[in-house]
Amino acid sequence: MSSYEARFKVWRGDAEGGGLTDFTVEVNDGEVVLDIIHRLQATQAPDLAVRWNCKAGKCGSCSAEINGRPRLMCMTRMSVFDRSETITVTPLRAFPVVRDLVTDVGFNYQKAREVPAFVPPPGLGPGEYRMMQEDVDRSQEFRKCIECFLCQDVCHVVRDHEENKPVYAGPRFLMRVAELDMHPLDAAAETGLDRKRAAQDEHGLGYCNITKCCTEVCPEGIRITDNALIPLKERAVDRKYDPLVWLGSKIRRR
Amino acid sequence: MATGTEPQRDSGGVRAGTRAAITAPHLRTDRWWLAPAVTAAGLFAFVVYSTWRAFADAHYYAAPYVSPFYSPCLAENCRTMRAGPNADLFGGWWGISPAIIILIFPLGFRLTCYYYRKAYYRSFWASPPACAVAEPHRGYTGETRFPLILQNVHRYFFYAAILVAGVLTYDTVLSFRDTHYRWGHMGLGTLVFLVNIVLIWAYTISCHSCRHIVGGKLKHFSRHPVRYRAWQFVGRLNARHMQLAWASLLSVALADFYVYLVASGVFADPRFF
Amino acid sequence: MSVVDRQEWDVVVVGAGGAGLRAAIEARERGARTAVICKSLFGKAHTVMAEGGIAAAMANANEHDTWQTHFRDTLRGGKFLNQWRMAELHAREAPDRVWELETWGALFDRTKDGRISQRNFGGHEYPRLAHVGDRTGLELIRTLQQRVVALQQEDFRETGDYESRLKVFQECTVTRILKDGDRVSGVFAYERETGRFFVLQAPAVVVATGGIGKSFKVTSNSWEYTGDGHALALLAGAPLVNMEFVQFHPTGMVWPPSVKGILVTESVRGDGGVLRNSEGERFMFDYVPDVFKDKYAESEEEADRWYDDPDHHRRPPELLPRDEVARAINAEVKAGRGSPHGGVFLDVSTRMPAELIRRRLPSMYHQFKELADVDITAEAMEVGPTCHYVMGGVAVDSDTAAARGVPGLYAAGEVAGGMHGSNRLGGNSLSDLLVFGRRAGWHAAEYARGLAGRRPSADDTQVNTAAAEALRPFSAETEGEAGPPENPYTLHQELQQTMNDLVGIIRREGEMEQALHRLAELRVRARRAGVEGHRQFNPGWHLALDLRNMLLVSECVARAALERTESRGGHTREDHPAMDRGWRNVNLLCTLADPTGGLAATDPARGQIRLTRETTDPIRPDLLALFEKEELVKYLAEEELYE
Repeated sequence: MSSYEARFKVWRGDAEGGGLTDFTVEVNDGEVVLDIIHRLQATQAPDLAVRWNCKAGKCGSCSAEINGRPRLMCMTRMSVFDRSETITVTPLRAFPVVRDLVTDVGFNYQKAREVPAFVPPPGLGPGEYRMMQEDVDRSQEFRKCIECFLCQDVCHVVRDHEENKPVYAGPRFLMRVAELDMHPLDAAAETGLDRKRAAQDEHGLGYCNITKCCTEVCPEGIRITDNALIPLKERAVDRKYDPLVWLGSKIRRR
Repeated sequence: MATGTEPQRDSGGVRAGTRAAITAPHLRTDRWWLAPAVTAAGLFAFVVYSTWRAFADAHYYAAPYVSPFYSPCLAENCRTMRAGPNADLFGGWWGISPAIIILIFPLGFRLTCYYYRKAYYRSFWASPPACAVAEPHRGYTGETRFPLILQNVHRYFFYAAILVAGVLTYDTVLSFRDTHYRWGHMGLGTLVFLVNIVLIWAYTISCHSCRHIVGGKLKHFSRHPVRYRAWQFVGRLNARHMQLAWASLLSVALADFYVYLVASGVFADPRFF
Repeated sequence: MSVVDRQEWDVVVVGAGGAGLRAAIEARERGARTAVICKSLFGKAHTVMAEGGIAAAMANANEHDTWQTHFRDTLRGGKFLNQWRMAELHAREAPDRVWELETWGALFDRTKDGRISQRNFGGHEYPRLAHVGDRTGLELIRTLQQRVVALQQEDFRETGDYESRLKVFQECTVTRILKDGDRVSGVFAYERETGRFFVLQAPAVVVATGGIGKSFKVTSNSWEYTGDGHALALLAGAPLVNMEFVQFHPTGMVWPPSVKGILVTESVRGDGGVLRNSEGERFMFDYVPDVFKDKYAESEEEADRWYDDPDHHRRPPELLPRDEVARAINAEVKAGRGSPHGGVFLDVSTRMPAELIRRRLPSMYHQFKELADVDITAEAMEVGPTCHYVMGGVAVDSDTAAARGVPGLYAAGEVAGGMHGSNRLGGNSLSDLLVFGRRAGWHAAEYARGLAGRRPSADDTQVNTAAAEALRPFSAETEGEAGPPENPYTLHQELQQTMNDLVGIIRREGEMEQALHRLAELRVRARRAGVEGHRQFNPGWHLALDLRNMLLVSECVARAALERTESRGGHTREDHPAMDRGWRNVNLLCTLADPTGGLAATDPARGQIRLTRETTDPIRPDLLALFEKEELVKYLAEEELYE
């Protein structure tokens, strides 16, 4: 059991401006970055703003950028850093800052609203749903998402290009489209909603250039790119760019 | 209290308007540049090598081996390969190296491959150079417009790649002959070809488009048990798509280089039996 | 003081966990314009931490399961103290609530024939828990969240505004329920982001704020669990019931600090893990109570043989009921034989090969590796009891979830009392949220509709008083001849230490009296809790405001625990170790002693809380008939049996 003094740089400020503030703070065995931020609050900066909740990697509240990498503070152990290293903690840099480590993640809630909800199958009442495990596996992987929005933060489409925000849903919500499109009982098609086409036309799937940073930062280990985004791109190709599929569907309709 | 930085509000990215005022394009302290640098170097080396070999129009056949760069060989100026993969479809007007005709297909397959796209977008186009490292471009439209919207044709190149892989499989079978075209022999080159064709197939089959066509497009796996198992198999390979992409790139270059060495007389193919 | 922004709604739901969202959905579907207020971001509520599943007698895994067996299990678990009508409604309606989730897009794990899979759990006679791996709570919260969004999309299509009929005010905290006479008229809240105050006027308010775990030092609960709803209801004049019943799980992590309180699943012990003290002794053999002597092993050799051959050997004492194990750990630590950080050692590393540990306990291996950098295949874990759940809460009407005595106030979920009696069964919390969340939303909407045209109003005096109360931490420094301003973080730590040490898992009369004295001191000091900085997202200020709630609730727990002179479920008295049939039908109700918050605050003897005893309604005969006579004799008093 040993403790030491670590050097931290924590971004402090608000929408008007701000900068990295230096702290020297005690670190004990087994602690995570969030513990250190809490110690700063309790001892040196009682008004240091930070969002957190479960502290066990299950709620996705304490997202921040640590040494420039988007991570959950509660899941970043201090032992991964060198003791002599200065650790930099900043808010998520893709979203407007509110104060200190807290950002306005409203973009994500807005995008969530733009994805049409699950459409229950007509004629099936509660308790009558029958789904096979192999048919729900794919969507279940996506439902592991804790909505920490690290993927939304790291995605360069909006991180580096503010102007793309209105037209691009981001990895989390493209994955939501994939989840619904792969749901074995989703009846969107029967109501005239083509989720595959919408992914491309409404949610900006074409902006994704599959550079996989979303997968790299996902704390739940969801294979967002390989299992959601690329399959969705292929499904969009079926609808929009594949003459064979188009021809096949014409013939079958006859 | 706060030290250092004033907000710099000119560009449209992480340093823009309402974001936390940090002037550095990134704060990563690890060697994030290493992966794109290695990728760029590897791809560049292959491009240089393959360009030289594709335009060389020489040393691509040493019975019973034909370089995978020149197979199938479809012009009149091809070297005659007995029972080999040559068919004079293009006639005599084709003046330059016949490799160009066929290389379009594997090139297109790899160029539109979901893994290679990631690799070159990151390493050559810096879009982004690495995760959470600001990209240098002002605008970005991704794959929504011409020409990058053409990436969506990947599955057609996949179909073509299947045919090419078929021909290369045929070449590998032919390599079980000796220099006098007698069957039942094997040399070091045969081994090189075998490794290459296994990697080529593994890479081709592990393709994301293939995964989609085989079963990924289905809504109910439970109603298609055979396709479900095929999808699972492809999925397991697909998880290794990057490794397979590099391994098969290396092996195809090696197979070609092996033929070059033998054909140019630098080296005699050691025969096993 | 600046004019406070006011909005009109029909129903205001405080809390956006499982119960709050279910209530909001129901109220909106029944036509009420509904606002939800939550302290965190939308979708981050503590419900996500629930792992096991949702208990519901759907009979998918065992066709013999019925609501009656579920009811019976629930009453046994709660030691017959449960509000029986709630337990009945819960058992009857839980299956419908689960099936309904599927129509909103939930994807539970499946059985072979495509129905919802159900798993076994402690205290449940049949496999009954609908689940999704070990993240059922996340699935529940996400499904409800997405249902809210679906309703907002409907509203958008009709009105052009997503938030016209259902709006979530995220990262806002309610500090007061406002009243018009004895009726509810709205809530006073502040926005955490800006510190701005606002009032939502509504005739009906549903509190669904969860539990109180943050009053204890070691807890599996998150920062939000400061007993807000309990305190709001108290301050609005509603009574709390059963507050002495707090569930402690015997094995929570105590070290390293980053994971203090997080649960270590019981299967660690089931698979061979043993408890040792600092002297390396397997101490559980010394703690087998007489009633269990014939069922548990007496020597290590005998216990170790049980793992391979359970039919011919007695169980190891590590597998005694939770309260027994927690008591034993507590005693060892108090006797000075604890681990360096105040727990005991739970060891599997010397009991099983590393490979087997990784295969049998993958989630535990992962949890310790990821969160604590502890390799459980190489070293022992340090564990100790952790505060997990409060059975007590707002006293409500069983059918309507209406708080007693305050028209327009409703409570659902952990903040409501009665349903679980003295001890909650695993899996019953998630079904409780759904069943009573819906009922609260339903009746709140009906009540609001009934008042159309005669809506109660919130007068300016109340609003100004609430604003002044909320701003007091900023002016604490200027107030004081009484002493220097207090750091809210320090006060919080002292409160947690007090509750943990003196009103924890094992309770003694003297210690609880001492606790009440300390709480009185803390209350006085809390009035001087001061904060720096400004109102914009200031966590020190938020904590200073939450302290009021934690102090109130802590006093309820301590006072009720002192009063109940028996041991039952989540309440263990060292000086009254047996269950007493005479207490079976007695509820302890906590109410505010002095609603004006005057002198009482400094009086340790009286305190802020007044306690009253109440005899509960007799259990309905047809429900009683579900049990064997021999069993009832153990719980019910003579006169109850022959009525």
